[in-house]
Amino acid sequence: MTLIGIGQIILYLGVLLLVTKPLGTFIARVFQGERTFLDPVVAPLERLIYRVAAIDPRKEMNWKENAVAMLLFNGCGIVFLYLLQRVQQVLPLNPQGFGAVTPDSALNTAVSYVTNTNWQGYSGETTMSYLTQMAGMTVQNFLSAATGLAIMALFIRGIARHSVATLGNFWVDLTRSTLYILLPLAVILSLVLVSQGSVQNLSSYASAQFLQPTADTSGTRVTEQVIAMGPAASQVAIKHLGTNGGGFFNANASHPFESPTPLTDFLLLLAETCIAAGVCYTYGVMVGDKRQGWALLTAMLLIYVIAIVGLYAAESAGNPVLNGLGVDQHASALNPGGNMEGKETRLGIGPSILMATASTSTSTGAVNSMHDSYTPLGGLVPLVMMHLGEVVLGGVGSGLYGMLVFVIVAVFVAGLLVGRTPEYLGHKIEPFEMKMASLLILIMPIAVLVFTAIAVVTDAGKAGISNPGPHGFTEILYAFTSQGNNNGSAFAGLNANTPFYNCTGAIAMLIGRFWLAVPTLALAGSLARKKLIPSGEGTLPTHTPLFIFWLIAVILVVGALNFLPALALGPIVEFFMMPH
Amino acid sequence: MLKYLRPALSMLLFFSLVTGVLYPLAVTGVSQVVFPSKANGSIIEKNGRLVGSSLIGQQFTSAKYFWSRISATGPFPYNASSSSGSNYGPLNPALMKTTKDRIDQLHSADSTNHNTIPVDLVTASGSGLDPHISIAAALYQVPRVARERHISEETLRELVHQCTDPRDFGFLGEPGVNVLRLNLALDDIPPSQGV
Repeated sequence: MTLIGIGQIILYLGVLLLVTKPLGTFIARVFQGERTFLDPVVAPLERLIYRVAAIDPRKEMNWKENAVAMLLFNGCGIVFLYLLQRVQQVLPLNPQGFGAVTPDSALNTAVSYVTNTNWQGYSGETTMSYLTQMAGMTVQNFLSAATGLAIMALFIRGIARHSVATLGNFWVDLTRSTLYILLPLAVILSLVLVSQGSVQNLSSYASAQFLQPTADTSGTRVTEQVIAMGPAASQVAIKHLGTNGGGFFNANASHPFESPTPLTDFLLLLAETCIAAGVCYTYGVMVGDKRQGWALLTAMLLIYVIAIVGLYAAESAGNPVLNGLGVDQHASALNPGGNMEGKETRLGIGPSILMATASTSTSTGAVNSMHDSYTPLGGLVPLVMMHLGEVVLGGVGSGLYGMLVFVIVAVFVAGLLVGRTPEYLGHKIEPFEMKMASLLILIMPIAVLVFTAIAVVTDAGKAGISNPGPHGFTEILYAFTSQGNNNGSAFAGLNANTPFYNCTGAIAMLIGRFWLAVPTLALAGSLARKKLIPSGEGTLPTHTPLFIFWLIAVILVVGALNFLPALALGPIVEFFMMPH
Repeated sequence: MLKYLRPALSMLLFFSLVTGVLYPLAVTGVSQVVFPSKANGSIIEKNGRLVGSSLIGQQFTSAKYFWSRISATGPFPYNASSSSGSNYGPLNPALMKTTKDRIDQLHSADSTNHNTIPVDLVTASGSGLDPHISIAAALYQVPRVARERHISEETLRELVHQCTDPRDFGFLGEPGVNVLRLNLALDDIPPSQGV
């Protein structure tokens, strides 16, 4: 750990806190249908889409109608993205002449992008045409993020309202999320990326002469370096803003054409966390008590900081296996030091571990370093962040509604302990709410652990492993953890582009997204119908430091109970196998 | 159900046009006008030929050049149309072997150098295309290149300094020596300048 590394972490957290309030205020205006400074440009576009789609933006819907709209819209998205990949060979903007994507890979990828997972079994620069990247991947980067934000807006209204059946209009929340929040930020960010060196063109791959010719694995002389091109910056910008994470290139944000400088890395890091932090403030505004939003953000950031510090310590200590070989792993002004396998020189340890933590705390899954090559405890941290259900900041929208489910559980358990009827912001928490909340907390671990178990006992599952020993088990656990939580990062040594992993992964991603989204909306609908209970002396305040620590304890206990046994077989065993 | 189909399909079509066609094309258009060189890959030309990109590394094994980091791309190193890391776990014997092989190669290229080797020079980058090595990794190689090229170490250290991309704002990330730019500059030094 270096002073300048710690400085970068503090700077990042400071800037994140600085943008939380203005961004949160703006997002609240968007979801409350108020005027914003973007109205002169965007409002005509918004009215046009409502007219084309025959939507009355003032007509509100109940939770079931919203759920059907959401499912149908996302279902159409999966079908469209699947078909686009299957016929890309006959469509334009395919200068490298890529053929149709295989059916199982196309299915996995379609589900992956629509569920905001962006798990990638394929390698971008050798598989997808520019048209598929633009009209397929980029579009779903926007729409899956907007879907998350829309569900969140509906959920917040469920908590803010009393004695009504309606939550708002999914179509309106979806449209306003895209046009007012995501698109303007993506335009600005993508242009900054290009100014630093991210590529943005439609040309065929460039061909350069190697200064010193090299040889391939079969010994054949190679004199030419073919350099992949494409409309990368526009996709990279939204992949981070929308906590999507699917790289334009295989190596994701470690690729110099995605993130060429430490500055772009910093901005991408900020992009993937700023909306998640901002919506906590939005929540406070919309429920009429800003302290509630700050309390949630405080709980998130406390867990976040612990994870960052832990990961930074693990990775800057370096790989003890290399000790005694005459390798210098000590950080200095001239040498980044630490465990540099799978990390980029321009980033070093600090920015690499920041992105790893942010990416797995949110549902982004973008990487600027290869998690598979992390030290055992280093690799443990991203896994744990996903195991907590991605409620520390979390995906855009999905993080906040995931966290609110934990709040309801925390309130309920606290109520049991003191023998009072649990209530949250004037809603009585009753059996139906607890059933939904339990479902929401249990589905993810069941999906992750069952699929992991299937993979480790089948030949098709074991065939994908690339690292021997417990690390190989961790690769499988990480793959299903990532897909079951709609994260998308990977221990990328696992060869997951096989029918077995493509199909099981697709099911895990569908469960992780929609089987959680529907009970979430049901919960919101039930809360909205309840009569307001004025808070009294027995009401548990949910903005105090006491409650914040209680909430953190509930999150950690649930996560640990679900996943500690599995972690013990992977990274923890590996840790004890390291030379010390 | 059917009453939701029209909004679902028209929304998907509308947003595919706005975010999937108009947005990337607009960004491409602006980028090509305002940042043409960067938007097209920061390509380096020499004598009318493309010799690479200043953002994409290349493999060097000759003792006369500065070496880049290990690249795990297949089927040959620094394959810029197939980016990839090694994905070796910390205990993987293959990691140990690649590292030891690189150490042996460095030692056989310069048997007089007994300094410890900076870690980035014996590990693979995440992208497999890392254009940089650390300043320490460049300085470690200075005596070898100086001897092979008959150039003074001082001249080389100055050249390393010129090809170093500093931390952004002096604060973000790590400084890195751009290996391709450094080696291109080496080739431009006439041997007569040697010591």
